[in-house]
Amino acid sequence: MRALRGGRTAGAVRQGFGKCGVAMDKHILELKHICKEFPGVKALDDVNLTLDAGEVLALVGENGAGKSTLMLTLGGVHKPEAGQIFINGKEVSFSSPMDAQNQGIGIVYQELSLVQGLSIAENIFANRQPVGKAGFIKKEELYKSAREMLGLFHMEQLDPGMLVKELSVANRQVIEILKAISCDPKILVLDEPTSSLTEVEVQELFRNIRILKERGIAIIYISHHLHEIFEIADKVTILRDGKYICEARVTDIDEEFLVTKMVGRKIENIYGKRQEDEKIGEVCFRAEHLERKGLFHDISFEVRRGEIVGMSGLVGAGRTEIGLAIFGADKLDAGTLTLDGKQVEIRSVREAIANGIGYMSENRKEQGLYLDFDLKMNFISNRLPEFSKNGFMQEKQIEKAAEEAVNQFRIAIPGVSYKVGKLSGGNQQKVLLATWLGIRPRFLIVDEPTRGVDVGAKSEIYTFLRRMAAEGTAILMISSDLPEILGVSDRILVVREGQIAADCPARGATEESILSFATGVKEEETRRD
Amino acid sequence: MNILKKLTKQREFFIFFVIICIMVAMTIYSPIFLTFANLSVLFLSLSIAVIIAVGMTNLMVSGGFDMSVGSVLAFSGAMAGIVLRSGAPVIAAVLIGIVIGGLAGLFNGFVVSILGINPFVTTLASLSLFRGLTLIVTRGQNISGLPDAFNALGQKVILGLQMPIWYALILVVIGDILLRKSRFFRQNYYIGGSEKSARLSGIAVDRMKILNYVIVGLLAGFAGVIMTARMGTASVTQGTGLELQVITAVIIGGASLQGGEGTVIGAFLGSLLMTLITNVLTLVGVDVYWQTFVTGATLLVAVLIDQYGKVRKEKARK
Repeated sequence: MRALRGGRTAGAVRQGFGKCGVAMDKHILELKHICKEFPGVKALDDVNLTLDAGEVLALVGENGAGKSTLMLTLGGVHKPEAGQIFINGKEVSFSSPMDAQNQGIGIVYQELSLVQGLSIAENIFANRQPVGKAGFIKKEELYKSAREMLGLFHMEQLDPGMLVKELSVANRQVIEILKAISCDPKILVLDEPTSSLTEVEVQELFRNIRILKERGIAIIYISHHLHEIFEIADKVTILRDGKYICEARVTDIDEEFLVTKMVGRKIENIYGKRQEDEKIGEVCFRAEHLERKGLFHDISFEVRRGEIVGMSGLVGAGRTEIGLAIFGADKLDAGTLTLDGKQVEIRSVREAIANGIGYMSENRKEQGLYLDFDLKMNFISNRLPEFSKNGFMQEKQIEKAAEEAVNQFRIAIPGVSYKVGKLSGGNQQKVLLATWLGIRPRFLIVDEPTRGVDVGAKSEIYTFLRRMAAEGTAILMISSDLPEILGVSDRILVVREGQIAADCPARGATEESILSFATGVKEEETRRD
Repeated sequence: MNILKKLTKQREFFIFFVIICIMVAMTIYSPIFLTFANLSVLFLSLSIAVIIAVGMTNLMVSGGFDMSVGSVLAFSGAMAGIVLRSGAPVIAAVLIGIVIGGLAGLFNGFVVSILGINPFVTTLASLSLFRGLTLIVTRGQNISGLPDAFNALGQKVILGLQMPIWYALILVVIGDILLRKSRFFRQNYYIGGSEKSARLSGIAVDRMKILNYVIVGLLAGFAGVIMTARMGTASVTQGTGLELQVITAVIIGGASLQGGEGTVIGAFLGSLLMTLITNVLTLVGVDVYWQTFVTGATLLVAVLIDQYGKVRKEKARK
């Protein structure tokens, strides 16, 4: 990270960036009274938005508030039923995504659109590669332009010929942004750009956003992470249930204001109240000298009954790998596990579950849920024997248990036979939580429990975790979200490069202190410039 | 009302409905259609494919795929024939045919789940491997002159129906109940739905996958024995192209190549529908050469209807 910053001069910059100066009295983008309806739902209802050159506007709202629809409208995917869009004071309409791009809208979607097996250069200039007479790609020219683009973000050290699949997630995202920038947009939309980045990488992204700002590009920034908004945005537009709620300069408001406006009711503290120390009991889970070659080594820690231990660290530090190995999904090369004072041998997920260990995966869509299946099937997936008699499934019993779970976890779903793939992120996460709490774990590992989940559902998930803890479960919470780590944990472990770098009480810990352990850099140096 | 609504949503019901329509229309059109003779020939001709389809459905539900069943059938049949010609008892020949099918399945399963080769590629290779082995062990010669006691396994008639029909029906009933209701086979839906999730749910994914190939192999081996008995000859070309017929039936019956869905009854009805259409074309007097074409068209139409139905349902929800 530190290699990328500093006093290096900007490389050659593509022509055109400088021409973005606009007459001051006109907004670079203005949306007036935009309405968009889908059968049965008013997705956007009289939404207004203004944006000036070099400004960062944060678009916030819960899932389903209309952020995505608004973005897709701006991207030319949806056509609004009513309302007007102005670019530089001129009314425009988009006939297609291509048309929107040509008129100066660049969008970086949350799901990256890069081709893994092609080079950086070919990805940046996808379908716009410079070609010679016979239609062959001029490689020299292509690489030269790609190097210029990389120079914009001071990343000349990357070889334009490198394949995208060899890049880190963070660098892939940089390429994605460069791809959008290479079309010379006036307005750039970033959809949840930090959802898979670590804190350090987020800082890097912000630096890049500031570079784009200086070039006069107007940016719409969509994020669930409210603290980011105060750091990078100039102003914020809040949506709720498809309606425009308000617009404010970030300097005039605070986080509580944002949450209240987004949710429509007051949430005192989304992380809930911390357990009183006396409720924390005996040691439930103990790991000693765990090792998996090349990924982590000498990992020792304890989790007590009733305790939520937060595990922080950079992406790639080995946190998920530790979790998976404890859960028996990956092999441990060395080390011992102890549950309630008894040493246990866990060679498979089945044995872990039998011992009362649960693991809620960080990626519910790919590892955790069965999106094409209904809630019932998902809910019983990790304990089929409990719902079968003489080898045959007991459908009535399954239905009853699933219905109870829906009520208990307040999952918004039309019925237990409804596909979970159609639920919102927050509800999907609640289904996953219900599934794992179903085994009544003694020790539960939750990996990024609120990734891609909106504020309302977040606070509910924290409530469930706390209730579990209060009932005596030991919880290990792996998370990249520092405020979450600080707000929820009783104790914090920091993992750096496959080793435990710190084990400290949550009281007294700060974002800076955790980051300094996570990066191994002294505290003063990690402070933002 | 509720039950009716639930029924009409299922693919099996839809195919069943189409089958009834065709049968009613044909009964009116042709006096020979609804005769016992015609129908028993019809069922006999689909019985071998149905026996294998029971295992194929289970395999495809788990996201697997097997192109080699036709070759395995031929190899098992040939080995049974060789064993019989050497003077071994019938029971030994039957067991050897079935066991060889199982071993072939074990081979496929091992390569797919332990070595991690794509199922299509693996079984495309073993399609040639086992057909090749058949040619090697038989020196390319059909094996005939098998004992009557053995041939009876495929030719005997009980209650007017030939043995292969009985085997198929029994296997369909057992297979459907097991796949629909048993905890053990339910695991295959989870594996097909999301293999990564299934691992984290504590399902022994690799073991199940191997077993699924073994099951379809055992059934292909059994089918090989039965087909040999029915013909009285172990033909080196028997079962050629059968894999496509079986997979087509399973997909028409509601399974998908991604896994996670499908039923044995559906596969049976899919197979019946295809055979019925062929039978109808013959009775109506359509050129024989059109029949394969119509099979392809049926598959495409079935999948299109399903796709269209899903899209419409989703739109109605929004």
